[in-house]
Amino acid sequence: MAMIRALGLGKTFRVADKQPGLAGTLRHFVQRRHRDVPAVRDVSFSVEPGEVVGFLGPNGAGKTTTLKMLTGLIHPSSGSVEVAGFRPQRRQVDFLRRITLVMGNKQQLIWDLPPLDSLRVNAAVYGIDDAEAQRRIRDLAEMLELGEELRRPVRKLSLGQRMKAELLAALLHRPSVLFLDEPTLGLDVNAQARVRSFLAEYNRRYGATLLLTSHYMADITALCPRVLLIHQGSLMHDGSLAELTNRLAPCREVRLELREPLPASTFAAYGTLEDLQGRAVRLLVRRERLTASVARLLAELPVVDLEVAEPPIEELIGQLFRREPAR
Amino acid sequence: MGGPRGAARLLLRFWSASLAAEMEYGVNAAVELLSVLGNLAGSLFVLSLFFRHGHDLGGWSWDQALVVLGIYTLLDGLTSTLLQPNLGALVTHVQKGTLDFVLLKPVDSQFWLSLRIVSPWGLPGVAVGLVLMAVGVVRAGTPPSLPGLALALVVLVAASLLLYSLWFVLAATSIWFVKVWNATEVLRATLVAGRYPISAYPAGLRVLFTFVLPVAFLTTVPAETLLGKASAPAVLAGLLVAGLALGASRLFWIFALRFYTSASS
Repeated sequence: MAMIRALGLGKTFRVADKQPGLAGTLRHFVQRRHRDVPAVRDVSFSVEPGEVVGFLGPNGAGKTTTLKMLTGLIHPSSGSVEVAGFRPQRRQVDFLRRITLVMGNKQQLIWDLPPLDSLRVNAAVYGIDDAEAQRRIRDLAEMLELGEELRRPVRKLSLGQRMKAELLAALLHRPSVLFLDEPTLGLDVNAQARVRSFLAEYNRRYGATLLLTSHYMADITALCPRVLLIHQGSLMHDGSLAELTNRLAPCREVRLELREPLPASTFAAYGTLEDLQGRAVRLLVRRERLTASVARLLAELPVVDLEVAEPPIEELIGQLFRREPAR
Repeated sequence: MGGPRGAARLLLRFWSASLAAEMEYGVNAAVELLSVLGNLAGSLFVLSLFFRHGHDLGGWSWDQALVVLGIYTLLDGLTSTLLQPNLGALVTHVQKGTLDFVLLKPVDSQFWLSLRIVSPWGLPGVAVGLVLMAVGVVRAGTPPSLPGLALALVVLVAASLLLYSLWFVLAATSIWFVKVWNATEVLRATLVAGRYPISAYPAGLRVLFTFVLPVAFLTTVPAETLLGKASAPAVLAGLLVAGLALGASRLFWIFALRFYTSASS
C-alpha cells in the first residue's frame, strides 16, 4: 500500500487585489476585491513505504503548499490526499505520531535552553518514557555526530549544529514519514553532507519514507532516486533524475580537439555543430546516437582529444523555468 | 498525550523548561517585584484617599475594598505568570510561522498555547494578592464558613477562566491580524478598573463593566462571595459568564484554525 497518495490535489488561495498607493488602499478598504490564485493544481503521485523522493521546483512553484497539504496544515481546495492511511487535514493523534515536518528556515527548539530540554518536552508530548527517550537520543545523537552541543543553549550553537539538533527533536518519536522543507538551507558544504548522510542512514535503518525539497541539487542527487518536479503548481516530472535529465536535455555535448582545422560541413554527419574555433569543436549529439557518433568521430577524423559532457541539471532546470516565466 | 497523567507530565516538562529559560534572565525578578509593589502602593494610596474623608466606596468599607484590590492583584499576577507569556508566544508563533510545529504535535493546540510557558515573575503579585485578601477578610470581621470559602474558591477560579478566555480570544485574532499585541495591552489597562468595587463607579461605567467588559465578575463578585455579601444571582451569573466565555474561546479557536488551515500559505 502506498505511504503517500495524492490524487488531483489542488489549492487555490484568495488574495487581496489591491492597487498600490494611498488611493488604492482606500479603494480597497471600501470595496474589497479578491482574486483566486491557484498555488497547486491537479497534482497526483504516490510514494511507496521506504522511498526517498525529492521535490524540485523554483520558489513559489507550490512545493511548500503541497508539503503543508500532505502534513494536514492546510486543507486542499480540490482532490484528495492520504498519508499512512490517514487523511492529513483531520490531524488525528495517530497520524501526527507517524509523521514529522522539518523546516530549514524555522525552528522548534527553545532558543534559550540546551536542546536536551526541548527533547525532554518532546518526549512528554509523544508519551515516550525517560529510559526509552534516553536511548533514542543516544542513538540519534550518535548518527548525527552530536555530543556536548546538546547541553549548550541553542542560541550558542552554529547553524549546522542547530539543524542537527532540530532533526533530533523532529525524529525523537521515530516517525515513519518525514517531510523535509529545505533541511540543508544555509548550511556549509560539510554540514550539508552530514545532514544528507544522516537522512540516508535514517531511511535505511528505520525504513522511513522521505519527501524532501531542496535548492541544493547535491541533496537531491545524493538522496533521491526519484524526483517530482513541480512548476507553476503543476507536476511536470515524476521519475528518476536521469530520466529528467534526458527529458530536459536529449543531447550530449561532445568536445573535440583536432590535429588540424576542418571545414564546418564535415561535422553535419555526426551531430549539430555548436561551435567551431580552429581546431576546437563542440558538437551536440542525440543521446541514442552518442556511442555510434563517438566511435565514428574517432575512426574517421584526426582527433587528439575527445570529451563528452552532460549538461548540469541545475542549468537545465533553470532553462526550463526561464522558458516559462512565472506569472 | 495519554490521559491526565500524560498531561500532568507534559505540564511539568513545560514549566520546568520555561523556568529554566527564565533563569537565564535573573534581573527580571527584581524589576517585576518592584513593579508589583509600586502598583500596589499606588492603589492603596488612592483607596486611602477615598476613605480618609469618611467616604465609603459604593457601600464598601476600607477592609472590604482591600479584598477587591487583593483579588485584582492576584489576577494581575496570574496574567503575568501565564496569560501574558503564553499568549504573547502565540502571536510570535503566527508571525514566525512556527505555529505549524504546535499544530503537528499530538497535543491539543489550545492546551499547548495556553500553558506552555510559566513566568515566575508574576508570582510575587499572586502572593501579595493572597495576603491582601486574607488581611481584608480578617479585618472586615466576617470570616467565611468552610462552604463559603469553597464557593469563593469556585467563583475565583471562574473569574480566572473568564479572564483567560478574554485573553485567549484576543490573542487568537492574531491569526487574521498578526499584530494584536497592543490590543491585549488595552485589555490589561481596562481591567485595571477591577481594582475597585464595581459599585464605586458611576452608573454608566457600571453597566459597561458588567455587560461589555465583565470586570464586575472578575473582582467584585468573587470579593462579595468571600465576604459573604454576594447575592445568589450574581454568583450564578458569574459562573455562567465564565462557562460561556470558556466555551466561546474554544469555539473561536476552532474557527480560527479552520481559517488558518484554509488560507495560510
